[in-house]
Amino acid sequence: MMTTKSSTWRRRVAQGLWMGGAMLAAQAALAVNSLPGGPAVNQVNLAPPVTRIAGDIQGLHNIMLWICLAIFVAVFSVMFYSILKHRKSLGHKSANFHESVAVEIAWTVVPLLIVIGMGAMATRTVVAMKDTSNADLTIKATGSQWKWGYDYLRGEGEGISFLSSLDSKQRAMSDAGKPEGDDYLLRVDNPLVVPVDRKIRIITTANDVIHAWMVPAFGVKQDAIPGFVRDTWFKADRTGDFYGQCAELCGKEHAYMPIHVKVLSHADYSAWVAAKHKEMAALADDPSKVWTLADLAARGEKVYAANCAACHQASGKGAGPIKALDGSPVVLDGNKIREITVLLQGVNNGAMPSWKQLSDTELAAVITFTKNNWGNKTGQVVQPSEVAAARK
Amino acid sequence: MSAVLPHPGDHAHDDHHAQPHGWRRWLFATNHKDIGTMYLLFSFTMFMIGGVLALLIRSELFQPGLQFVNPELFNQFTTMHGLIMVFGAIMPAFVGFANWMIPLQIGASDMAFARMNNLSFWLLIPAALMLAGSFFMPGGAPAAGWTIYAPLTMQMGPSMDAGIFALHILGASSIMGSINIIVTILNMRAPGMTLMKMPLFAWTWLITAFLLIAVMPVLAGAITMTLTDRHFGTSFFNPAGGGDPIMYQHIFWFFGHPEVYIMILPAFGIISAIVPAFARKKLFGYASMVYATASIAILSFIVWAHHMYTTGMPVTGQLFFMYATMLIAVPTGVKIFNWIATMWKGSMTFETPMLWAVGFIFVFTMGGFTGLILAMAPIDIQLQDTYYVVAHFHYVLVAGSLYAMFAGVYYWGPKWTGVMYSETRGKIHFWGSLIFFNITFFPMHFLGLAGMPRRYADYPMQFADFNMWATIGAFGFGLMQVYFFLFVVLPMMRGQGAPAPQKPWEGAEGLEWEVPSPAPWHTFENPPKLDATATRVVG
Repeated sequence: MMTTKSSTWRRRVAQGLWMGGAMLAAQAALAVNSLPGGPAVNQVNLAPPVTRIAGDIQGLHNIMLWICLAIFVAVFSVMFYSILKHRKSLGHKSANFHESVAVEIAWTVVPLLIVIGMGAMATRTVVAMKDTSNADLTIKATGSQWKWGYDYLRGEGEGISFLSSLDSKQRAMSDAGKPEGDDYLLRVDNPLVVPVDRKIRIITTANDVIHAWMVPAFGVKQDAIPGFVRDTWFKADRTGDFYGQCAELCGKEHAYMPIHVKVLSHADYSAWVAAKHKEMAALADDPSKVWTLADLAARGEKVYAANCAACHQASGKGAGPIKALDGSPVVLDGNKIREITVLLQGVNNGAMPSWKQLSDTELAAVITFTKNNWGNKTGQVVQPSEVAAARK
Repeated sequence: MSAVLPHPGDHAHDDHHAQPHGWRRWLFATNHKDIGTMYLLFSFTMFMIGGVLALLIRSELFQPGLQFVNPELFNQFTTMHGLIMVFGAIMPAFVGFANWMIPLQIGASDMAFARMNNLSFWLLIPAALMLAGSFFMPGGAPAAGWTIYAPLTMQMGPSMDAGIFALHILGASSIMGSINIIVTILNMRAPGMTLMKMPLFAWTWLITAFLLIAVMPVLAGAITMTLTDRHFGTSFFNPAGGGDPIMYQHIFWFFGHPEVYIMILPAFGIISAIVPAFARKKLFGYASMVYATASIAILSFIVWAHHMYTTGMPVTGQLFFMYATMLIAVPTGVKIFNWIATMWKGSMTFETPMLWAVGFIFVFTMGGFTGLILAMAPIDIQLQDTYYVVAHFHYVLVAGSLYAMFAGVYYWGPKWTGVMYSETRGKIHFWGSLIFFNITFFPMHFLGLAGMPRRYADYPMQFADFNMWATIGAFGFGLMQVYFFLFVVLPMMRGQGAPAPQKPWEGAEGLEWEVPSPAPWHTFENPPKLDATATRVVG
């Protein structure tokens, strides 16, 4: 009886150890390399700086580490010496002193001087970080749940404007619990493109809640605040791809709105600007065009995948508090203005946000798509002109 | 615990104030010791709930990719972990210590307002139920982070209102508790117990209570404005109506930064009692400790915006808050130096309370260093909202406040229960907690420096290994606290263990050691006559 009991017990322990080992092995099997311009595997310090500011910050951090280490060693060598030597078990008798004005003044004034010195070291960098004047290129970064919009306001490339969201495969891998790739969760559809060695001023704002635009290699992190504009700047000293992520809690997809900045040489940047201008001219929709259902729904599927699927799911079924679109009375309603209004104004206090930043054609396309996809077979077509009319 | 408290049969007026038994004793409690016990048990329960939430968070973060929860639920976990630990665990636990120890330390018979004391405890229960129960409301618990920043709060479901109501009630409870503590300390000290002879735990709580009264109404204002923005058409913080989301942050952190010191100053008081007791030497620089505590409290009101460097303040604002924040290192440093000077040339022994106290000094100081690094505005802009900040505040709140409370439980537990804990078990608890704490939180510094943002349900794979270690450490740390409850707390409450002498610690000083162990239900009914140092009762 005893032997069977203890052997089962042993088997259980062995099983447990094996499972633990398997989990650790699974962890180790996640093959990943460092991402240049993004996080390195097991990185233990700040990212390699690509701007002067980031370099200054790293320098400050290094000095602070050395000062803290020196204080740490000084203070705790005294404490541990005392702990080792001044023990009752070693027969040490306690001394009787418990006050010394001179010592108290010393260890108030010396730390005071040290912290003022630390502040003085940082002051120049604080001032430099806030100096956004004389920028060569000004770009507005608009945070919205959960993507970044970039508008080139001034400088070469003026007028370029696009949205940048997480590559949709990344989100699917995350849901499946099977991440892959060195740029997992950092790959976007349209990176922000800027020229090297130029002062880039980033103006941040937001459509819904507070987001934060951060690129560690540039030493930049600036909150994007709805209703307000703030700014920051960087001047990359080399070309390449640099990555960051949204740094202010902005709702459920907070982890899924990365930032990818592509720094190009001046010639490459000019070529990119020219290509982008051409592309935008070709893409520009004539808002008075009358579409067929099939064309509009095909266009709408793309808009849906880029903007709606994160919440409402590709299946249109929604999830939890997110309403299903498949079979939704608002979508099926013969009165098309109902769905148009929801998209233009949002509902439920912004839980479903307003999408008025999309163009009339995009809104018309996505509404037509939802009205004629999954189980929804209304046959209704919403033309861009109807959306335009509803905006007024 | 009720079983071990003997009935004090030798009091003449006993038949008028018979000790109630059964549930009446607790529901109608007016005795500071009973209320203190309830506070401590309540906060331990909340600590366990918050701990389970922490382990759920860590489980999800064990590997990259979503394994257990969706990001929405994950945000609910991080939010509720923070709210429950701050408002349900740490703050009430210190009030529990205050209830038990302040009357004993200053020679008072009870707290000044015994019935208000009862109310301030029992308010916690509906608040805690509402807070924890918000998980079962439509849309789940609040998911806007413990700082509940506007305008994300506008998007939350009805549980946000429940959370706001719960915080209001907890705030009212805290204010009542603070008034009680201030009046008790200022009016009920035994003759001869002048303010500058008072034990530092009473001093730190006196200052903490003033901080609480100053800032809890500020929090109440911030969350009331959130509530009216949500339901009554105001636009304090809602940019759609011309409001300013950043104003919320200013108001919140005007509460939030003093709140940080509310959670650490009483811990300084506990450490200041324990270090001299086990060094068998008087506390070095008593007066400077009092002044340092007061300086920290005053400075805490002018540093709030260091939580907001990345919101885009004017350069003068950044510089002011950077220098003001760095100043706090000075009085905090004075405290560390004083404790070490107290240990210097002492005659030290290392029973469990002293181990926790030394552990506190060592690990809390590391949190202090990262605080200094974060105070530097340019570095903070790199590290704001990353795991570096998470590491920093767990070093000061877990290794700071929580370690000090453990030290206090081992130090005063024999006085509360009348039995000694097992020294071996105490040491297992200490070393296990210390090691697992560092496995959990030390790698988070690296994650933050590498740029991993906090409140992320999933992360790039380069961050995988350190997250794995943090999760392993967190489970170990959690197990150590279950061990603490089952093998230290429960046996003491059941009276199992060697009977505690009146003064179990050779070097301990103070009036709490002048009454028997366990402390009788009524103590110091008549003001005691004290010796010149106000540490002994004479005649």
